[in-house]
This record gives sequence, C-alpha cells and structure tokens, in this order.
Amino acid sequence: MTRLFLLLAGFVVAFSAAAQTTMLNVSYDPTRELYQDFNAAFAKRYKEKTGVDLAVRQSHGGSGKQARSVIAGLEADVVTLALAYDIDAIAERGLIAPDWQKRLPHNASPYTSTIVFLVRKGNPKEIKDWLDLVRPGIGVITPNPKTSGAARWSHLAAWGYVLKQPGGNEAKAKEFVAKLYKNVLVMDSGARGSTTTFVERGVGDVLLAWENEAHLAVQELGPDKFEIVMPSWSILAEPPVAVVDKVVDKRGTRKVAQAYLEYLYSPEGQEIAAKHYYRPIRAESDAKLKAKISGRFSQIRLFTVDGLFGGWQKAQKAHFADGGVFDQIYQPGR
Amino acid sequence: MKPLGMILPEIGRAKRYSVLPGFGLTLGFTLLCSSLIVLIPLSAIFVMSSHLSWSAFWDAISAPRVLASYRLSFGASFLAAAINALLGFLVAWVLVRYRFPGKRLFDALVDLPFALPTAVAGIALSSIYAGNGWIGRHLEPLGLKVAFTPLGVLVALIFIGLPFVVRTVQPVLEDFEHELEEAAASLGAGRGQTFVRVILPAVLPALMTGFALAFARAVGEYGSVIFIAGNMPMVSEITPLLIVTKLEQFDYAGATAIAVVMLVSSFVLLLAINVLQAWSRSRRER
Repeated sequence: MTRLFLLLAGFVVAFSAAAQTTMLNVSYDPTRELYQDFNAAFAKRYKEKTGVDLAVRQSHGGSGKQARSVIAGLEADVVTLALAYDIDAIAERGLIAPDWQKRLPHNASPYTSTIVFLVRKGNPKEIKDWLDLVRPGIGVITPNPKTSGAARWSHLAAWGYVLKQPGGNEAKAKEFVAKLYKNVLVMDSGARGSTTTFVERGVGDVLLAWENEAHLAVQELGPDKFEIVMPSWSILAEPPVAVVDKVVDKRGTRKVAQAYLEYLYSPEGQEIAAKHYYRPIRAESDAKLKAKISGRFSQIRLFTVDGLFGGWQKAQKAHFADGGVFDQIYQPGR
Repeated sequence: MKPLGMILPEIGRAKRYSVLPGFGLTLGFTLLCSSLIVLIPLSAIFVMSSHLSWSAFWDAISAPRVLASYRLSFGASFLAAAINALLGFLVAWVLVRYRFPGKRLFDALVDLPFALPTAVAGIALSSIYAGNGWIGRHLEPLGLKVAFTPLGVLVALIFIGLPFVVRTVQPVLEDFEHELEEAAASLGAGRGQTFVRVILPAVLPALMTGFALAFARAVGEYGSVIFIAGNMPMVSEITPLLIVTKLEQFDYAGATAIAVVMLVSSFVLLLAINVLQAWSRSRRER
C-alpha cells in the first residue's frame, strides 16, 4: 500500500515538474495592461534563469471584490491590490502573514499613483483645483467608495486638500466633501465603470481618476477629446503587493511568487510600471531610471494616508465603515 | 375527524380519477425538488440573518438609504409591471388578432429580453438613453433625463418584464371564441361594452398572472438596472445593489437581513395577487 502510494506520489511529482508552472495574480481594475506587459517580461526572464515555462494568469475587478474572492477560496499566489486595507482583510483571515507590509521595500508598494482630474478637451468648465468641483452646475463622476478603491483614495484626497488649506479642519473638510458628493451625477461600483460613464456615455464635466487610468483614457481616445488637470494637492496612493502564504505553501510556488514580486522592484519592472503611468518607487534613487522617465509625470504635492489619516484601518473606520463620514453625508440625522 | 371508513373511499376515488399513477411518489418527488432547489437555499438566508441581534437586524433594514431603495425598487417595479400589463396586452392583442408582414419575426422578438444577458440589455439601454445616445440626445433638450435617473430604472424594468405579460395573455386571447363577441354584438352591446364585460373578464386572470410575474422579476432584477440607474445613494439605488454593496464590504449578515425583507415582502405581494385572483374567479363562477 505504501509502495503504491510512493509510486503514485512519484508520478505526480514527475508530472508536475514536466508541466509548466502556473501562478495567479489577483489584481484590481486598472492594472490590466500593466500586468499583461509585466507577466510577459517576467516569464521570459524566469525561463532564461531556470529553464521552466511559466504561465502567469491574471484576474481583475474592484479591489474589495477581489479580496473577497481570495478570502472565499480563489487560489491567488500573489495579490496586487489598490490599498493596504484590502490585503489586511485577507491577512485577518489567516491567509497572509500579519507582517506582510514589512516583507518588501517601501511598505510593499513597488509603484505609487495618485488621483487626478480628467476633463473634456479645452476644459470648458475651467476646472483647475478641488474648489472648482463644488461649484454649482459642475457634474462630477466618481465610483462608490464603499466598493471602489479609487473612490476611497479620491474621497480622502478631497478631504486632505481642505486640511492642507490655511485654517482647514475636520468640520470644514466634511462640509466640502458633502458639497462635492452633491455634484456627483453617477456612482458606479468600480473605477472602470466610472471611466466608461464619463468617456463613452459623455456624462459629467470631470472624472476623479487614477493617474494611470486618466492617461490611458487620453491615450486611447485621443488628446483631442480629453485632458488631464493636476490639482494643487492630491493623495499618495500606494497600491501594495503580497504573496498569499497559505496558497503558495500549498501549491509549492513560494519561490516563483516571491521572485515575481521582487522583479517589480527591478529596473525592468520599474520601467514597465512607468510605461503604464504608475510612478516607480525607485525613480528617486536610480538616476538612470529618473532620466528615462523625466517629463512623464507632472510634479504634484502629495500627502499620505499614514501622515494625514493615521493609516488605512483608521481611515476606513472613520470614513467608509457603516455610520462613517460617507454614510453621514447621505443619511443626515443618524 | 372522519372515521377511517369514510376517508378510504375518498382516497380510492381520487386514485381512480388521477391520470398520473402513484400520488405518494409524485408528491414526494415534488416536495423533494422544491425543498432542494427553493426551500433550503431560502431558509439559509433566514439562518444567516439570524446571526444578527434583533436591534442590529432592525438597524440594517431600516437605515434611510435602505428605505429609499425599497421605495425605488418596489415602486418602480410596480409601475413597470402596470405599464407592462397595458403594453403587453396591446402587443398580445396585435399578435393574435391581426396578420401583417413580419409578424412571426415580431413574435420571436418579444422573447428577446428573456434570452439576452441582462448586463447586455443594461449597457445597450444606457448607451441609447445617455445624453449622447440615439434617443437620449433628443430627450435631453426637452428636459427629460432618462439614463442615470430613477426613470432609467423604470425603462430597464419595463424592458425585462414585457415578455411575461405577452406570453401569459397571448394563449388566452387565442383561445377566446369569436362567437362570444358576435353574440354580445347581436344582443346590442357596443364595442366598449363588449370589451369591458366580455373580453376583459376572460383575459383578466392571465393579465394578473403576467403582472405578478413581471413585478416579481423586476423586484429582483440587478444586471440591467445597475448600468442605467446612476446608483446614487437615496436617489437611484435599487435594493439588490445595496445587498451586493454590503457583500463587498464583507457584511454578510447585513446583506442577508435586507434579502429577508425583500423575500418576505415579495412573497406577501405575490400571495395577495394570487388570493385576489382566486377570489375574482370564484366570484365570476357563482
């Protein structure tokens, strides 16, 4: 019996060694194009080094929804989500070690992004900064912060802008954000949905968008239709990445998963990120990279979630949990 | 209690008149199927929501945002079903009473909302009714915004509900005997009188069933509505969207609490319609 079992096990090992290695990267909505490029580059590099064929599959959707799928049993070797809170939610259920954010440089965020304004060509409503968004008659498009990572970053960016003004405080910020939501015309559940509403359906005057998503829209649909406006202040969005410990230990893919994430920090990985308008984290320390991407990103003053809101756990609880700021704005008197 | 001797012959009689053999077997099969497919999943919803304390349950189902979504979901569904009852009756009437070129094609088109993935319907409707769409472009100057307003929800619900009314009314109209109308006319009834007192009573039960089906479908509809609704809290958020939103925030108990409310109220409404129908039928037969 044992011999039969050993024989069988031997077969299984031999079979899986001969077959190509596969891994799954579960990511959020706008990274589709970035990871298509990156996966091809990494697979090539992996083949050169180890001789093994690697197929990286990718899955995209709203960041919160993707985290929920992983918790429900989607076998992701790595997760690359929009905000740390969503990876924390997976870690809370024991699938990822609690110290995941310390395992890779820069809080496990290989690239950063920010929230910018996408407006129609010629900026007919003269939208230059956050204050213009609350003017009467301005139609704003942003997804629902309860379900979308981009919308949560946008909400906090608007809030932080007020705090950064002379005499800015929490009460003024809340008043401002409430006014801003009054101008929102359509609330989709994810970032891609909002982009479609603004770009294809022609609804609204300004879209609060991921920087890379805004560039993509301009690139795809032509600079004759849209332009990007940089507000005076925005938020430093740090989309983090992590190896899903429970899954890689079960599938025996820890090494390749780890190498995959580390490659994001390599010069090649950083360049691919920059190509897709994610701000590479090594841009400051790597002079060569800096020269290559100069002029690609506009200078903008950025504040962080940790600095202004005390981290994602706190921000989530105060703003987006049941009874938080977002609910208070829409349900006065509760 | 009747004595056994009196019940046995009754069962014997039932057996004699039954077309399908084995009452016990068929009833058992019916109960098994309905429990596996309907009752057990539905009771799971009740079990999951019972994790909440009574006050937490009440808070979840009575938040202003949730109340606003009930108003929209049930209100728009009721209105859509009523409009569908009218439109569907007309379509069925045209399909049964008249012959015209392309009739078969038109007949097949009616079923399309059944077959189309609802998301496709939603995307198509929202692109047509948006401010830059084919129809929306002409409505906007009139001050009429359809896409991304509660009106858009109504349009989507009318679209998905229409075949239910047509397909329930059509066979009844087909079976309706012409002689009855002729008899009514020869007895001196005007056109209106014939319609109201002869045709309508015969069609009404089927019309009510079609209405109930369209209503039930509309209340639960998700895919087509979210694309055209705009999904603004307190204004154009439907109840199923709130359930999905709660799920995405890992709030399973809160989501099922709202689901329980939808389930119970839909069931009560459908039951009421059935009772009303039975009552009207028995009144007519007397």
